[in-house]
Amino acid sequence: MTTTLAKDPAQAAARHAAPGQKRVTRRPNWVAGTASWIWLAIVIVPIYWIVITSFKAQSDYYAENPLAPPSNPTLANYQLVIESDFVRYFMNSVIVTVGAVVPAVAVSFMAAYAIVRSGRGRFLRYTNSMFLMGLAIPHQATIIPIYLIIIKLGLYDTPMALILPSIAFSIPLSVLVLSNFIRDVPKELFESMRLDGASELGTLWNLALPLTRPAVVTVTIYNALTIWNGFLLPLILTQSPEQRTLPLALWTFQGQYSVNVPAVLASVVLTTLPILVIYVVGRRQLLAGLTAGFGK
Amino acid sequence: MTVPPIPARGKASLTAVPGGQGRGLAWLALPALLIFVAFGVIPLFGVFALSFTTWDGLGEIRPSGFDSWRAVLTDPGLPHALWVTFLVIALSWAVQTPASILLGTFLAGFQRYRAVLSVVYFIPLLLSSAAIAITYKALLDPNFGLGAGLGIPILVQDWLGEPVLAFSVVIFVVSWQFIPFHSLIYQGGVRQIPRSMYEAAEIDGAGRVRMFFSITLPQLKYTIITSSTLMVVGSLVFFDLIFVLTAGGPGDATRVLALEMYKRGFQANLMGPASAIAVILVLVGLALALLLRRLGGRDATHSQLEGA
Repeated sequence: MTTTLAKDPAQAAARHAAPGQKRVTRRPNWVAGTASWIWLAIVIVPIYWIVITSFKAQSDYYAENPLAPPSNPTLANYQLVIESDFVRYFMNSVIVTVGAVVPAVAVSFMAAYAIVRSGRGRFLRYTNSMFLMGLAIPHQATIIPIYLIIIKLGLYDTPMALILPSIAFSIPLSVLVLSNFIRDVPKELFESMRLDGASELGTLWNLALPLTRPAVVTVTIYNALTIWNGFLLPLILTQSPEQRTLPLALWTFQGQYSVNVPAVLASVVLTTLPILVIYVVGRRQLLAGLTAGFGK
Repeated sequence: MTVPPIPARGKASLTAVPGGQGRGLAWLALPALLIFVAFGVIPLFGVFALSFTTWDGLGEIRPSGFDSWRAVLTDPGLPHALWVTFLVIALSWAVQTPASILLGTFLAGFQRYRAVLSVVYFIPLLLSSAAIAITYKALLDPNFGLGAGLGIPILVQDWLGEPVLAFSVVIFVVSWQFIPFHSLIYQGGVRQIPRSMYEAAEIDGAGRVRMFFSITLPQLKYTIITSSTLMVVGSLVFFDLIFVLTAGGPGDATRVLALEMYKRGFQANLMGPASAIAVILVLVGLALALLLRRLGGRDATHSQLEGA
C-alpha cells in the first residue's frame, strides 16, 4: 500500500489542496473541456449504436432511424450468435488468454525482481537491455519465422501455438512496468528480510509481490486485453474452425452474415462483454497502473 | 552460520546497492529470457535469414541469395506501400498527439466527473481491432449506415470505396482506437509535474494558455517521446484493423507494409520476399525509435526505468 501512495504524490497533494492550489484547478479550462466533450460524443455514438442495433430485428434495422432505440427489441441476434459455436470460441479465447497471461506475468515478475535486486550483475543488465530493445521492435514483423518454429515444434493449429509467442510478446512491457514498481519498494525492507534469514524466493513471494500487487494487477489486465483481442497470431498459427478465438470468429462471422448487420453487432457486443466486465471491476487499478507505468 | 549476515549488512549499507548478489539471482530471469529468445530474438534473426531463401510455407526452404530482395526492391508496389505506411504513421501521430495531450491534461486536473467519464472514455481501448473495423464498416455503409439512416447527405459517401476517403477513415479509426491509451500516458505525465511550478506561474500572473505552453508542454517532453515511440512502432504494424476494414483497398490506397508482408507470405506463398519486407519493417521501426530517442536527448526507454 505504501507504494500506491508514494506513486502519486501530485494526486495526494491535490487531495489536501491548500487554498492557493484550489484557485488553479477551479478555473474552467474551456479548450480542453470542450475537446473532452467532443471526444465523449465521438466515443459514445458508435458504442451506443452497436448496442441498440444488436437488439433490432433485421427488418427494423433497414427501416428505423439508426439512433432510435429498437421499437421491437429482440434477443434473436444474440441467440443466433450463441448457437454459432460462440461458446467454443469463447472457451478458446479463455484458454489462450489465461494460459499465456499467468506464465507471462510470473516469469516477468521473477525477471523484474532479479533485475532490480541484482545491483550491477552484467548478465542481468544485458538481459534487461534486450527486453528494452524488444519494445522498439515490431513483433508482428517476426511472424514468418514464428510460423516456421511453430510448425517445426508440431504445435501448428493448437492453443500452444498462440500461447508461446503471446508470452514472449508480453515480456518486454511487463518487465518494464514491474521493475518500475519493484524499484519503489524501500531498500530497508529487503535488508530486514535478509537479516531475518529469508531466502530470495521467500522475499520475492512475501515482500515484493504483496507490495507491488497494483502493478501485477495492471500488467495482468493489460496483457489479458492484448491477448484476448489478438488477431494476427490466430489468423496465421491456427487453421481449423475448432481452434478459432473470438476476434477471428468475429471476422469469419462477419463474412458469413454480412447482410445481417444486427447479428454481426451482437457478436461484437458478446466478444467485448467479458473484457468490459473485467474493466469495470479493475478500472481504477488499470488506469492508475497504466498512468504510473508509462508516465515516467 | 550466523556470522555472514553481519559483514553483508555493513557492505550493503555502504554501497547502497541492495545486495549486489546478481549472480545468485540470475536464474530467476532465465524462464523469461529463454522464452523471449525462442519467440522474440531467434525469429528476429530468422526473418533476416529467411529473406535470403525461397519457401512456399509448406515445402523445403532453399537458399536463393538476393533473389527475394531483388524481387522486393524492384517491385513498384514497394515505394507505394512505404509511402502509405509513412503517411499512416505521420498523420495518425499528428491527429493523436495533440488530442491525447489535451485530453490527458484535462483528465489529470479534472476531479468531479472523472470516475463516470473514464468508464466511457476508455471503452475503445477494450474493443478488438477486428470488432472496431467491423463496426465502422457497417456504420459507414453508404446505403444502410448512419448517414443514410439519419438522412445526412454529407455522411452519405462511399467512405471505403474512394482512395482519399478510405485513407481518412483509417486515420480516424486508428485515432478512435488509440487516443484513449495515449491520453492515459499523458495523464500520468501531467500528474508528475510539480504543482509548485503552476503556483509560481500563477503568482507571476500567467494565464492558463501561457501555463500550458510554458510549463505543461516542456515538462511533458519525455512523455511525448515515450508515447510517440509506442505510437510509431505500433502504427508500423497496423495489420488487423486495415486488414478487416479495407483489406488494403480500394486498389492499393491503404496497403501498408505489414499488409504487403501478409499478402506475399500467406496469400501468395512467397515467404522469401515477405521476409524481406519484414526486415524492412524491423529496420524502419528501429530507425524511427532511435530517431525519437535522439530527439529526446536521452534514452527514453532507459529513463523510464531509472527515473523512478
